[in-house]
Amino acid sequence: MTGAPAPPLIELREVSKRFVRRLDVAAKVAQALGAQAPAQAAQAVDGVSLAIAPGEVVGLVGESGCGKSTLGRLAAGLLAPDAGRRYWRGAAVDALASAEQRRVRLAIQMIFQDSYASLNPRLRVQDIVGEAPVVHGLIEPGGQRDYVARTLERVGLDPSLMRRFPHQFSGGQRARIGIARALAVRPEFLVCDEAVAALDVSIQAQVLNLFIRLRAELGLTYLFISHDLGVVQHLSDRVLIMYLGRIVEAAPTAALYASPNHPYTQGLLAEVPRLEIRRTHFAAIRGELPSPFAPPPGCHFHPRCPHAMPRCEIERPLLREIAPGRFSACHLNDPPPDATPAARPGAGLA
Amino acid sequence: MTQPTLKVEHLRTHFFARQGVVKAVDGVSFEVRSGQTLGIVGESGAGKSITGFSIMGLVDPPGRIIDGRILLHGRDLRTRSPAEWQAIRGNRIAMIFQDPMMTLNPVLRIDTQMIEAVRAHDRVSVRSARDRARAALARVGLPSPDERLRAYPHQFSGGMRQRVAIAIALLHQPDLIIADEPTTALDVTIQGQILAEMQQLCRESGTALIWITHDLAVIAGLANEVCVMYAGRIVERGTVDQVFDAPLHPYTRGLLDSVPSRNQRGAPLRQIPGMAPSIARLPVGCAFRERCARATETCFTEPPLYELEGRHVRCFHPIHAEDEAAAAT
Amino acid sequence: MARFSAASPAGRVAADFAQSRLAVFGLALLAALLLAALFAPVLSPQNPYDLAQLDILDSRLPPGAHATDGKLTYWLGTDDQGRDMLSAILYGLRISLSVGVSATLCALALGLTLGLVAAFCGGWIESLIMRIADIQLSFPAILIALILLAVLGQGIEKIIIALVAVQWAYYARTVRSTALVERSKEYIEAATCLALPAARIVFRHLAPNCLPPLIVVATVQVAAAITLEATLSFLGLGLPITEPSLGLLISNGFTYLLSGKYWISFFPGVALLLMIVSINLVGDQLRDVLNPRLQR
Repeated sequence: MTGAPAPPLIELREVSKRFVRRLDVAAKVAQALGAQAPAQAAQAVDGVSLAIAPGEVVGLVGESGCGKSTLGRLAAGLLAPDAGRRYWRGAAVDALASAEQRRVRLAIQMIFQDSYASLNPRLRVQDIVGEAPVVHGLIEPGGQRDYVARTLERVGLDPSLMRRFPHQFSGGQRARIGIARALAVRPEFLVCDEAVAALDVSIQAQVLNLFIRLRAELGLTYLFISHDLGVVQHLSDRVLIMYLGRIVEAAPTAALYASPNHPYTQGLLAEVPRLEIRRTHFAAIRGELPSPFAPPPGCHFHPRCPHAMPRCEIERPLLREIAPGRFSACHLNDPPPDATPAARPGAGLA
Repeated sequence: MTQPTLKVEHLRTHFFARQGVVKAVDGVSFEVRSGQTLGIVGESGAGKSITGFSIMGLVDPPGRIIDGRILLHGRDLRTRSPAEWQAIRGNRIAMIFQDPMMTLNPVLRIDTQMIEAVRAHDRVSVRSARDRARAALARVGLPSPDERLRAYPHQFSGGMRQRVAIAIALLHQPDLIIADEPTTALDVTIQGQILAEMQQLCRESGTALIWITHDLAVIAGLANEVCVMYAGRIVERGTVDQVFDAPLHPYTRGLLDSVPSRNQRGAPLRQIPGMAPSIARLPVGCAFRERCARATETCFTEPPLYELEGRHVRCFHPIHAEDEAAAAT
Repeated sequence: MARFSAASPAGRVAADFAQSRLAVFGLALLAALLLAALFAPVLSPQNPYDLAQLDILDSRLPPGAHATDGKLTYWLGTDDQGRDMLSAILYGLRISLSVGVSATLCALALGLTLGLVAAFCGGWIESLIMRIADIQLSFPAILIALILLAVLGQGIEKIIIALVAVQWAYYARTVRSTALVERSKEYIEAATCLALPAARIVFRHLAPNCLPPLIVVATVQVAAAITLEATLSFLGLGLPITEPSLGLLISNGFTYLLSGKYWISFFPGVALLLMIVSINLVGDQLRDVLNPRLQR
């Protein structure tokens, strides 16, 4: 988003994605007969733009229903956006020739959350990791064994285990197999969708260290999607906060955690239990997460916001740069209509 | 000193499987007092959930409690008849599970289920049971309880379902609540709400709470005392301040060190090498021996749980304050 | 947790299967019947299809009787044409099993393809295939088979066609629902991410994971196919009289049941019973073993 000399590695411009809960036959008949039963639509991603520079680690944080997984899949190309476009090294991906598109597809890989469901239970690890490189001609079929062995070593797995099946491994090992599968096609950009969420604390530390090491060794770029603020803080250069399909705040990590601007970010950071805080009185953000099928009008967060104004119910706040490199979508950041410059709200509430 | 609400002594729950005996819980002892919260932390396979199930009497074959005493207000639960157990479960002890659908029947309305839960232990009229159900839902912070009562579980979000499960647990003002990872699958904001509600409710009614989780930070905020479990045994036990600020056991230390917030940003996290052993095949001696930097020949014998510096630890080489100062990390 | 020493999915299935003694017994019985059917020409004292070998004077002899020319012992008696029951049963098993198994395999292939197509394509193709399957399943199987045979005539191929037509819908429905579940799993997404060709994803990744429920359905359906074929033969619409299947043998002996010559119906009935029971025992255990909810 800043004016970098080289084009960003991957860029999404104003992408949106809707999921429609289609009517079944009975509802269609009812509708034809005049009943009010419109098809429900959820705006999973609503006009989001993001750009990631080569070598950067961008963290994407949000709760269920915020659309972060959908955004990750849009970035990876697994879903096609209803609006907006995807750019790879400055070129629009959908305008490329099909061979080029395939190259871009291989350059962007995804690491999934559920390490059990993301591995084909009927294939041996050697096939899981080695299938795609052979199919795409990256290696000779005869060299598959050696290539898989080297890839497994790189992710910290014993190569002699490659003839085994996924169910014979622990959760942490399966996570590594998923990473090996992605690395086997020599990607440049990895979308990690809650990749460590299902792991125990000590295994999580090992896998996070693996991500850090691979970034240094292979010059990878990451989009790290997680609900765990602590993990994101540790790994990311920049953090994006999502709420109900929109990005509400984006900032470099240190700045975001030190002085969050958006009330939702402030609430999130205050909510997160921390080791140092003992026998605390948990004070929650009130209210339920709205359903994506019925988002509140105006600013999606206003029903739960302690600083809500009448304007918030009507007008959607736009994501604006409030400081160099920091963006926030909140009406509180606008200077008040009268001339006196008020102190920036939220500054003291970190 | 008054009697603790629950006192567990040398609990052993073993599973007799085809491949051999799995010692899921192997000599666990702790106590909880009224109004206090005990945290049981550990990673998968440590045996914390089985401990909770054992206390509730929910262990099914091939598992069996083979040893130990579970004293509720001084009386051993293991000696009770099934009829007595019926009267205790849900009434004096209640359990909340990670998946609220383990409590809720998907084909019954909420009011049907809650009224059934009330009348299981109290012979009251349906109307009076419904009033109690409504009050319980209001107490856990569910808005418009009358509407909620008429709904089915699938019409609720995960957080709301968990609140209903908690409301059901609270219907009979139990002396003890065992919560097995109830907020693990929930979002941070919903988790915060539920933690706030549980805290308040336990403070108000003096209920003892056992909170089982792998999330150390939640325990830090919620509990008075904590037990750290590893491979079916308690390796450290003490107050939260003691254990989290100055851990004695190397595993506790390693676990705390691997939390991202305790590491320098961007640098590799301090990690415990290797993996937790499968409880079906434990190593000889201390279960943590193969992963421990402080292990010596003595560790080939099983260490006992003993008292040290006002708490309990199961280690031949606990981390003393002097070690801390000497090894400047 | 340490579980099975066998690594491959097939090995695990076999180890789990062996847990039930009843199922192993069923499998042993089925194997014995299969072998008997396979080696029927070797095992049977007489070729029941060779009309020259039959002696009408030997008809309706009780079990254990000797032939009039003294060469054979009719261990299970003879039927009204002088055919040795034991030989007839062995050959009949052969026919029943071959018809049942080949019909099931063809129905499985057809149902698998149509089910995968329905799951993968979605839209009107899926609706069309599924509605045809639903309509077909709402008719009694025997009715459809009778109508088809009336149109097609008699003969072993026509019976197989009728059986396939009756059974493909079960497989298609099972495959479609399994495929829909599997398709949303992340390993299929991962294969898409790796830019693998669609055909490869469907046949190398999707199809093998849809097989377990199919295997269970197939095992039970073999029994159903055999029963249906026996019913059709019993009604006289099945295989020709010169190559009697078990159903026809039962039918032939039906009129003699109450006059004391029970063996003409009884022994083919017992053979049919044993075959169905063994297939069902195996199928039951397979269903429990392959149930994904009981795994892990």
